Amino acid sequence: MAVATAPSALPLGKKKEVGQSYWDLVWYRFKKNKLGVIGAVLLVALYVSFVAIPEFIAPYQLENRSNFVEAPPTAIRLVDANGQFQAPFIYGLDRKVDTVKRLRTWQVNTDRKYPVRLFVQGDEYRLLGLVSTNIHLFGIEADQKEQRIFIMGADALGRDYFTRIMYGGRLSLMIGLIGQFLTLALGATLGVISGYYGGAVDMFVQRFTEFLAAFPNIPLFMALSAAIPAFWSPIAVYFMLTIILAFLGWGGLARQVRGLILSLREREYALAAKSFGAKDRRIMFRHLLPGTMSHVIVIATLSIPGMILAETALSWLGLGLRPPLTSWGTLLQDAATVRAIRFVPWLLWVVPPILLTILTYNLLGDGLRDALDPYSSR
Amino acid sequence: MENPSQPAATATADQPTDARPADAQQTLIEVRDLKVEFNIRGGVVKAVDGLTFDIKRGQTVGIIGESGCGKSVTARAILRMVPKPGKITGGEILYYRYSRYPRKDGKSQDIEVIDMTKLDPDGELVRQIRGGEIAMIFQEPMSSLTPVYTAGTHLNEAITLHRLIPLKRLGDQMVEKIVEYRRVTKEEAREIAIQMLRRVGIPKPEQRVDSYPHQLSGGQRQRVMIAIALSTEPYMLIADEPTTALDVSIEAQILDIMRELQQTANMAIMFITHNLGVIASMADEIVVMYMGKQVERAKVVDLFYNPKHPYTQALLQSVPKLGPKTGARLASIEGMVPDPLHLPSGCVFHPRCPAFMPGKCDKLIPQWNKVGENHWARCLLYEE
Amino acid sequence: MTDSLQNGKKDNILLEVNGLKKYFPIQKGLLRKVVGYVKAVDDVSLYVREGETLGLVGESGCGKTTASRSIIRLYEPTAGQVLFKSRVLSPDGRPRMVNLLELNREQMTKVREEIAMIFQDPINSLNPRMTVADIIAEPMVIHGKYQKGRSEEIIISLLERVGLRADHLRRYPHEFSGGQRQRIGIARALALNPRLVLCDEPVSALDVSIQAQTLNLLQDLQKDFNLSYLFVAHDLSVVQHISDRIAVMYVGKVVEMASSEELYANPLHPYTEALLSAVPKPDPLYKSERIIMQGDVADPSNPPSGCYFHPRCRYVIDRCKTEAPAFREVKPDHWVACHRAEELQLKGI
Ligand SMILES: Nc1ncnc2c1ncn2[C@@H]1O[C@H](COP(=O)(O)OP(=O)(O)OP(=O)(O)O)[C@@H](O)[C@H]1O
Ligand SMILES: Nc1ncnc2c1ncn2[C@@H]1O[C@H](COP(=O)(O)OP(=O)(O)OP(=O)(O)O)[C@@H](O)[C@H]1O
Ligand code: SF4
Ligand code: SF4
Ligand SMILES: [Mg+2]
Ligand SMILES: [Mg+2]
Repeated sequence: MAVATAPSALPLGKKKEVGQSYWDLVWYRFKKNKLGVIGAVLLVALYVSFVAIPEFIAPYQLENRSNFVEAPPTAIRLVDANGQFQAPFIYGLDRKVDTVKRLRTWQVNTDRKYPVRLFVQGDEYRLLGLVSTNIHLFGIEADQKEQRIFIMGADALGRDYFTRIMYGGRLSLMIGLIGQFLTLALGATLGVISGYYGGAVDMFVQRFTEFLAAFPNIPLFMALSAAIPAFWSPIAVYFMLTIILAFLGWGGLARQVRGLILSLREREYALAAKSFGAKDRRIMFRHLLPGTMSHVIVIATLSIPGMILAETALSWLGLGLRPPLTSWGTLLQDAATVRAIRFVPWLLWVVPPILLTILTYNLLGDGLRDALDPYSSR
Repeated sequence: MENPSQPAATATADQPTDARPADAQQTLIEVRDLKVEFNIRGGVVKAVDGLTFDIKRGQTVGIIGESGCGKSVTARAILRMVPKPGKITGGEILYYRYSRYPRKDGKSQDIEVIDMTKLDPDGELVRQIRGGEIAMIFQEPMSSLTPVYTAGTHLNEAITLHRLIPLKRLGDQMVEKIVEYRRVTKEEAREIAIQMLRRVGIPKPEQRVDSYPHQLSGGQRQRVMIAIALSTEPYMLIADEPTTALDVSIEAQILDIMRELQQTANMAIMFITHNLGVIASMADEIVVMYMGKQVERAKVVDLFYNPKHPYTQALLQSVPKLGPKTGARLASIEGMVPDPLHLPSGCVFHPRCPAFMPGKCDKLIPQWNKVGENHWARCLLYEE
Repeated sequence: MTDSLQNGKKDNILLEVNGLKKYFPIQKGLLRKVVGYVKAVDDVSLYVREGETLGLVGESGCGKTTASRSIIRLYEPTAGQVLFKSRVLSPDGRPRMVNLLELNREQMTKVREEIAMIFQDPINSLNPRMTVADIIAEPMVIHGKYQKGRSEEIIISLLERVGLRADHLRRYPHEFSGGQRQRIGIARALALNPRLVLCDEPVSALDVSIQAQTLNLLQDLQKDFNLSYLFVAHDLSVVQHISDRIAVMYVGKVVEMASSEELYANPLHPYTEALLSAVPKPDPLYKSERIIMQGDVADPSNPPSGCYFHPRCRYVIDRCKTEAPAFREVKPDHWVACHRAEELQLKGI
């Protein structure tokens, strides 16, 4: 009996119950890509700190105003005026008003010293929306009226700018993620349908994406954002903007998915499923779509930054989010006046986190792209 | 002992104007204990492990064995074209090279012995040899002949490896090759190209010679590749599964051409296949490989009528034969080819061997034994 | 036109194909205007008896795959008749001939229980993202027959029947060799207990020794499950080994059909004769007398007039160039499409 038993290709010592799935192999290859892993780790850190726990990391509440109008960034010192080495501390700030130049400046007062502490008590907030607490990552133990710590300065209302960047990241990062998720759902579904059925459906979807791609974006945005009623709550506006961004972005993805489906459709496993009587829906979503997932994820990862930038740009143009919502876009809007750059340049601190986000997404996306095809180097 | 007939150090003095030596029995390639290893993710794959054989002028050596046994790697090693993670880690490949044309005085010819393993794989000498002296027909040309190269990496290979270059007329590609290696004018080269296309069965070659690769069917492109390889009249042709993708009628045609050229030009052929029917009609001598090791070597008739190694015996029995139907089951080799990263102990064939001797085959490593006139096998059955 | 196959002596027929055609439109330009047709299958007639194997051979591109896929309407045929003796579609459970091409969607889905398919490419025919268990279970899931526990037992027994092990269940296709993958495909084909299996070159991509194992397995399964096979291949030795009867295709048409002994011993069509003469034999002392066919295989989008084989036939007469020969039963159970079938003395093996 030749076929009774076929010895395993693996030696006995290495026998495993569960096989390595495609994603196991992707993961194996991804792990070998240092830059990709760095991108992933940084990205997780970014999302945890900006989206999950900004309240904890920021020393104040978002709207906590003060008299320290446009105070410059506070230097954290280790050496005092006498050259003595000590634990981190800051000096107090005194307001000086120059009546001639009609200018308000802030002067360091070396007489007042405030040690910088970790896990200090401050404003009350709910951690992750659940636990009520008042512990913040860092801060000074002083009366808020007397002295505050502004590691990135303060804005025109005396609010801590670092706090605002932390909170602003939440909306900006979320809009990228949610928007991309919607894009993905819309683009992948229409792409699969378009590629699988072909003919008239395909024609319609293709022409529609071309129409969207050809339409000039800025006027479209203006029209769409003008269509958002002024009385809507900021949160509704936020979701509307996300949906608009997703609506504009799905065309490219749909095209890519369609192309992939066209090639996968002729794979024998799709035919095999059909030969056993599988319905179209099963073939499309169980057999074809998963085959495009690896591609789609890479495309999505690489286009989230675009989405974040789009939000930023739109808000900066005044077409997107509006105060009192705080996002990196609205912060940038504040920073982008000549006066601001001349007198309060620290408002540009919002730029590095934007760049960092884009960079990490690209690192991750490249890493994923390389790991995408784990069968290739067998 | 496995001594090849020693090549004459100098050829006879009164050579005809054709530079080719008259004596067909001269060794052309001598492979000694060749080892090629691939260092991959899970460990080291010994793709070729101790291969020894030689190819004489005008002779055809067939290499047979199952998929993954190292046939293509051997072929590529001879031309120093082992793919990336692979390395030649031992042995030598001696090429007895005749200077291509007679000396000025028209008298003697030198033989230069070149160890291919010592050469720079990208060097000028290797390129010269690869070009017209040893030609190769590659396996799976269908995939490599796609008009769009997915990655730039293959483009360079395409030019040096005689693959068809897209967007360039067949005739131009062939003429370029021919004038590089044969002393003919461009017009003559074009004539040769057309003749060659006709011989490999391309219809209307006078017109087809001006067509582009993408205008041919897959089978036709394969035939064009063969025509190109043969048109430079190489000393040796390495044919790696040249007809596997073709239909029987075209296959038979191609094999006829090769045999014919071999006779007229005294060309040596290294013929790689897993089709035993094809090899029976082509080869003079056969090397059987299993998991990178040479398990048997013999003259073709001996091998088919008197196979010694249990693997060869099983392989021969497992092919269905045309003829009166017996209704019997095929004798198949049990089990699967082992994982090349975890080869069995002792004789690598022992888990599948019908003649397995417990306590012996799984412990001792069989040696390369002479089992008859020009007949060697690697099996403990033939050891004391 | 083809003679109806009805007049021959035929009992126990499971599948009967009459005049099957499948033309693929050739589209050009922006508006996708149809400028012609690839006549991939152009008049195929054959039948398969219960429990037997019909081999279908022919050169690459002659339409074997297209024909087998058209039979179960993976491709919608252009014309013809596919009669199948179905059990699931008969109200009283007694097998009844139905024309597959006239069934509606729902009925067609039901018939697919009885006709399974094995594909050529062991890599592409299994979804790389599914485990072996999911792959074999899929036909059952599709037909609503999957029951936890019971079906798993069936899957395991199938897996063991084709020579794999239960602990392979949770593995993915890429972890198997070509031969093992083909066994998974075979197990999947058997999951619904079919009566007819269409095998499209199931061993062409396999090694010699693995090919022998797979052929033996297919033969054993045929006995155990009383299967009928339509076995497509281009290797004549393989086809002859496994088939009871053989149909030879040339450019979309079946040109000859007979029992395998008869076909190899007394071919009646010149193309069959030439094909047989070209098969390489694993015997170094055999001197072949190969018949050289002139020219190339005809182009199915622009086939020659009359007998499609006439530009390459060495027995061609004037009549062949204008008149297409009918597919007729020249001897009992020996069908051929050649004008000169009676007079020619062709050589077999
Ligand atoms: N690029 C590569 N990277 C890693 N391993 C390789 C590579 N090429 C070949 N190998 C290894 O070398 C061994 C021999 O491969 P080779 O291509 O010579 O087989 P073959 O005998 O030509 O098979 P086939 O009949 O399928 O062509 C294989 O087991 C494979 O694992
Ligand atoms: N979807 C398609 N559209 C257009 N032409 C097709 C299509 N599928 C097949 N053809 C053509 O139909 C003819 C028959 O193809 P088919 O795949 O049936 O041949 P085959 O006999 O199975 O060949 P092989 O032995 O190479 O598998 C070929 O000329 C092919 O180019
Ligand atoms: S050494 Fe033993 S196991 Fe190996 S081939 Fe010979 S008899 Fe078989
Ligand atoms: S009909 Fe004529 S051309 Fe066709 S096969 Fe018969 S003899 Fe040849
Ligand atoms: Mg190979
Ligand atoms: Mg086919």
